[in-house]
Amino acid sequence: MGVADPAAIATPEAISPLREAWTVYRRNVPAVFGTLLLVAIILFVLYGTFIYKGDPYEIVWAPQTPPGTEATVPLGTDNLGRDILRGLLKGGGPTLAVGAAAAIITLVIGISLGGVAGYFGGWIDDLLMRVTEFFQVLPALLFAMVVITLFSPSTITTAIAIGVVLWPQTARLTRAEFLKIRELEYVTAARSIGARNGRIMWKVILPNALPPLIVSATLTVGVAILFQAGLSFLGLDDPNTMSWGLMIGTNRQYILDAWWPVTFPGIAIFLTVFAVSLVGDGLNDAFNPKLRER
Amino acid sequence: MGPTAYIARRLAYGVILLIGVLVLNFFLIHAAPGDPAETIAGAMGGATARMLADIRSAYGLDKPLLTQLAIYLGRVAHGDLGMSYYFNQPVIDLIAARVGPTILLVLAAQVIAITAGVAMGVFAARKPSGPLSAFVAVLSTVGYAAPVFWTGIMLVILFASIIPIFPVEGMTSARFSGGFVAHIGDVLYHLALPAFTLAIIFLAQYSRLSRASMIDVLGADYVRTARAKGLSETKVVFKHALRNAVLPIITVAGIQFGNLISGALLVESVFNWPGMGRLAFDSVLRRDYPTLLGILFFAALMVVVANLLTDLSYRFADPRIRTGGR
Repeated sequence: MGVADPAAIATPEAISPLREAWTVYRRNVPAVFGTLLLVAIILFVLYGTFIYKGDPYEIVWAPQTPPGTEATVPLGTDNLGRDILRGLLKGGGPTLAVGAAAAIITLVIGISLGGVAGYFGGWIDDLLMRVTEFFQVLPALLFAMVVITLFSPSTITTAIAIGVVLWPQTARLTRAEFLKIRELEYVTAARSIGARNGRIMWKVILPNALPPLIVSATLTVGVAILFQAGLSFLGLDDPNTMSWGLMIGTNRQYILDAWWPVTFPGIAIFLTVFAVSLVGDGLNDAFNPKLRER
Repeated sequence: MGPTAYIARRLAYGVILLIGVLVLNFFLIHAAPGDPAETIAGAMGGATARMLADIRSAYGLDKPLLTQLAIYLGRVAHGDLGMSYYFNQPVIDLIAARVGPTILLVLAAQVIAITAGVAMGVFAARKPSGPLSAFVAVLSTVGYAAPVFWTGIMLVILFASIIPIFPVEGMTSARFSGGFVAHIGDVLYHLALPAFTLAIIFLAQYSRLSRASMIDVLGADYVRTARAKGLSETKVVFKHALRNAVLPIITVAGIQFGNLISGALLVESVFNWPGMGRLAFDSVLRRDYPTLLGILFFAALMVVVANLLTDLSYRFADPRIRTGGR
């Protein structure tokens, strides 16, 4: 059997936990605002280039044209005369994609190691937690720089590098959840009917450990976006892929002459991570029954 | 466990972690595509055959892998982190020249963040729905979401052209003449903006955390007892409540040390602060592995020392942990 789908067995009057969480979530004004903002940013990045067409590398107007002075370049141009709005539209894709990909890598490594450690306990737990502590001693950005240097800069390397440095926190959280849940009756029940370890871990415990992991995954996406921005700002991401961090990095020498080429991409990063964190906080409130009464 | 045994155990654990970092470094050199000798030489294509032969014999690259590892660890134990062929200097000298400014920046940011964060948290906790509490909530979101290098650039624009009261670049003034005390003043003056920039992220976290922890503590029985005794509110808040509320801050501040170093790498780049960040960045661009891995080792060393100090200050701040040893 595994765990029964609560919605399937619920009587008409009963509310499934997921539906209850959704009810709480949609009444949470900051969370709804964050969701709408995030959806707007994703639509802007995905479809914006179809409405506001053009090559972000093309020189279209006089260098350092201030925003709002020329109708053809609403957000102005950078130090070479390239359209900043085109850059924002084109640069959002890699920023968001690397953030999401890195978060997935983090989750896969973190949940696997944390799950095994928390479920089996004993020396396996000790060993895996020492490994986790070891990786926490390495400053994440520096370690990501080392990984990138080893495997030459590209969008994929950046995503892997970020994923490889961010997983310890997810591993610790997963371990704590697994430790707690493995003692519950339904896990004993699953074991007593002869379910194998693998099935108990991934089909019985994991679905019940998901709420805090989803919250943490959301916040990891935010952190990964900041990492991607930081690495491309330093010029350590693929220099031929337009991204918000790269726009800030390439225009930083001219900030005292022109504030706009660095300000707009920064606002874009800020709004994205801000939206992600509002969604994360909202999910946390929705999944956490203790907070609901407030 | 007595304090001496405890410290000894923590020290031993720290040493094991650092040896782990060295083993990782060793395998990273071997994982890099191509000949390890060329990797060590910097893979610039300019390494002469003689240089490569020297490296091969110095690191025993023709010997079995475990022997090579032993040779590598032995060299590090003697303070030899290798040679930077790009800078043409021993790595240890390069790092020694840069580690001071980075420690200064990181510690200054940590002190600003803890002091201001705890102060804001304490005052916000007295009115959980007051304006300061709302400000702490906004600040913690902004501190989380704004990229630190961008905040730094915005501050450079602000202080370079709009209110020019702080220097926005470097660690000392050019053509500076003056005594030792004046020199320290000059460095602190240059430190103000970078340290504040780096502090913002952590200030946001600490203020949120200390507000929550202070609200918890102010509702505790012993605080009610202290008030019932007729102690002044200042004494209740700062002597009885704060001492307990500060414990989670110490824990988090210790955990955040690695992130402080990560942030410092970016902040150093924005403000041209002459620390390890700039060196790390240069060595990535030149594919200067010995320097980069040396920096990784030193950064890990700083984190291990910081964790050790956190543990000790925790024991100092929380008598409950100490009593077991007496």
